[in-house]
Amino acid sequence: MSNTKIKKLSDGINKSLFEFASYNDSAAKRAGYSNYSYWRSTVQVFAKNKMALFFLILMMVLLTFTFIQPYLPNQNSPTKIHIDENTNMQLRNSSPDSKFWFGTNSIGQDLWARIWSGTRISLMIGFLVGLWEAFIGIIIGALWGYVRKLDRIITEIYNVIDNIPTTIILVLLTYIMRPSIGTLIFAMCMTGWLGMARFVRNQIVIIRDREYNLASRCLGTPTNRIITKNLLPYLVSVIMLRMALAIPAAIGSEVFLTYIGLGLPVSIPSLGNLINEGRAVMMVPSLRYQLIFPAIVLSLITISFYVIGNVFADAADPRNHV
Amino acid sequence: MFKYSFKRLLQSIGTLFIVITIVFLLMRLMPEEGYFGDGFEKLDEAQREAILANMGLRDPIHIQLKNFYKQIISGDLGTSIIYRPKVPVAEVLKTKVPYSVKFGLAAMAISLFCGISLGIIMALGKNKFWDKMGTGYIVFINAVPAAVYYLFLQLYVTDIFKLPILFNPSKPASWILPVVSMSLGSTASYAMWMRRYMVDELNKDYVKLARAKGLKNKSIMVKHVLRNAFVPMVQYLPSSLLYTIAGSIYIESLYSIPGMGGLLVDAIQRQDNPLVQSLVLIYSSIGIVGLFLGDILMASIDPRIKLEKKGGAR
Repeated sequence: MSNTKIKKLSDGINKSLFEFASYNDSAAKRAGYSNYSYWRSTVQVFAKNKMALFFLILMMVLLTFTFIQPYLPNQNSPTKIHIDENTNMQLRNSSPDSKFWFGTNSIGQDLWARIWSGTRISLMIGFLVGLWEAFIGIIIGALWGYVRKLDRIITEIYNVIDNIPTTIILVLLTYIMRPSIGTLIFAMCMTGWLGMARFVRNQIVIIRDREYNLASRCLGTPTNRIITKNLLPYLVSVIMLRMALAIPAAIGSEVFLTYIGLGLPVSIPSLGNLINEGRAVMMVPSLRYQLIFPAIVLSLITISFYVIGNVFADAADPRNHV
Repeated sequence: MFKYSFKRLLQSIGTLFIVITIVFLLMRLMPEEGYFGDGFEKLDEAQREAILANMGLRDPIHIQLKNFYKQIISGDLGTSIIYRPKVPVAEVLKTKVPYSVKFGLAAMAISLFCGISLGIIMALGKNKFWDKMGTGYIVFINAVPAAVYYLFLQLYVTDIFKLPILFNPSKPASWILPVVSMSLGSTASYAMWMRRYMVDELNKDYVKLARAKGLKNKSIMVKHVLRNAFVPMVQYLPSSLLYTIAGSIYIESLYSIPGMGGLLVDAIQRQDNPLVQSLVLIYSSIGIVGLFLGDILMASIDPRIKLEKKGGAR
C-alpha cells in the first residue's frame, strides 16, 4: 500500500488534487440545514392522533359555546325562577321541552342556562388552579433543582405535605375557611403545586448536567439560550400535561367538596352544585335528567382535557419527534 | 437497611408531629360557636366565656398546644360535641373503624388482583381489542370525577342487578357495589403501570435472547417478564391506599356505611369540630404510616434503590 503511494508520488504529483475547492455557499447550507422546528413537529405528531383531534375539536366547540352562550338570543338567566302562567306556581321539575331544552330544576330554574353557567365557573376554577399550579410549581421546582442549599428544606416540606392524603388537606382547608370560589381555588392550589414542582425539579436535576448541556456551556452558550433551547423543550410536555390535568382534577375536587357540604354556596351554579342537585332527585326516574345532563357535559369536558393533555404531552416531547 | 428504616421512621414521626401541630392551629381559627352544640343562642356572653375557659380555650396558645400533645399521646381524642354530645371520640369511632377497615382492605385486595390481571392482559395483546378497551377504561376513570361515576354506578347497577341501594350489615349482597366502586380507581392505576412495565420489559434484549434460545412464550412471560415487572409495582401500594381513603369518604356516605368516611361527612355537615379534627388526624396518620410501610417494603424488595440519596425523588 505505502509502496504504491510512493511510486505514484515519484510519478509526479497530480496537481488537480491540490487546488482549492470552490466554496459553494448554498450547497454548504443545504447540507447543514435542518428544517426542524420544535412547535411544527409537535403539531405534526399531535395531528397524527385522530382521537386527540376529535377531542380537540369537541373541546373547542364546547369552550366557545360555553363562553358565547349568554350572548345568544333567547337565553334565560341561570338564577331566574320561572313561574307557570296557568297555575302561578313555580315551574318545578318540568321535563325537557322546546322552551327549556334541559328542563327545569326543583325550584323552576332553567337547567340549560345553569349548566353552561356552571361550566363557566368550573372551568374558571380549573384554569386558575392550573395556571397557579404551573406558576408556583415551576418556580419552586426550579429553585429546588438549581439551588443546592434549598434542596433539603424543600424536600422536607414536600415530604410532610405529600404524606397526607390530598383529599384530607382539601377537606381541612375548605372546612376552616368560608365557602367561596376563592377558598376552593386556594385549597386546590395548596395541594396542586406539589406534583408540578417535583416533576420540574427532577427534570432539571436530570437534564442540567447532561453532556450536551455541558458542551453548550463550554462552547459559551448564554444561560438563557441553554434554558430556552436545551431545558425548556423537555419541560414543556410535562408542564402542559400537568396544566391540562389540573382542570379535570379541579372540577372533580369541586364536585366532591360540594357533595360533602364544603363546596360553593347553592346560589352559585357550578357543575358540582348541579350534580349535587341532580343527586337529590335521582331516585325518581322521571327526574334523572337533572343528574344526567350535567354529568354528560362534565364528562365531555374532563375527558377532552385529559386526552388532549396526554397526547399533547407525548407530542411535545422532543424524543417523539422524527 | 436498618439505618434507612430508622431514618425513615424518624421522618414519619416528625411529619406526624408537624401535621398534629398544623391541624390543631388551623382548628383554632374556626368560629367558636362550634364548641357549644345546639345551645349557642341561649347562652349569654359570660356563660360562653366560662365554658370556653373551662375547656381550656382561653389559655395562651402554646399551653393549649402542649395540653393537646399530652392528650394525643395518652390516646384521648377529645369529646364529640354535636354528633353525639359528650361522648368521647374514641367511643364514637369504636364501632365505625371495623367497617372502614374491612371495606378498605377488600377494595384494595380486589383492585390489586383486577388491576394487575388487566395490565397483563393489555400488555400481552398490545394494540388489540382488550388493550383498547382497557385504555378506554383507564382514561375514563382518570378523567371523569369519581364523584360522578360512583353516582351512576349506584343508580344503574343497583337497578340492573337488583342489588340493595344502601348498605345493610345483614345483607352480604350490599357489600358488592361499595367495594367494587372503591376499587375502580386503584384498579385503573395498577393496570396502567402494570401494562407499561410489562411492555418495557418485553422490549428488552434478554427477552429477545430467551426467544432466540427457543424458550416457550409462556415460560418467558411467567419466569422473566412478569417477575421483573412486578417489582416496581410495589411502589403503587401506598398510593392505592391513599386512593382508597379518598374513595371511602365519599362511598361510605353514599351507601350510608357506618364507617369513618361517612362519619367525617356527617361531622363536617354538623360542624362538630373535635370530631372533624380527630378524623383528619386519623386519616393523615393512616397516610403517613401507609407511605412509611410502602417505602420500607420497596427498599427491602428492590436492592437497586439507593437508600441514602432518595430525598424527594419519589
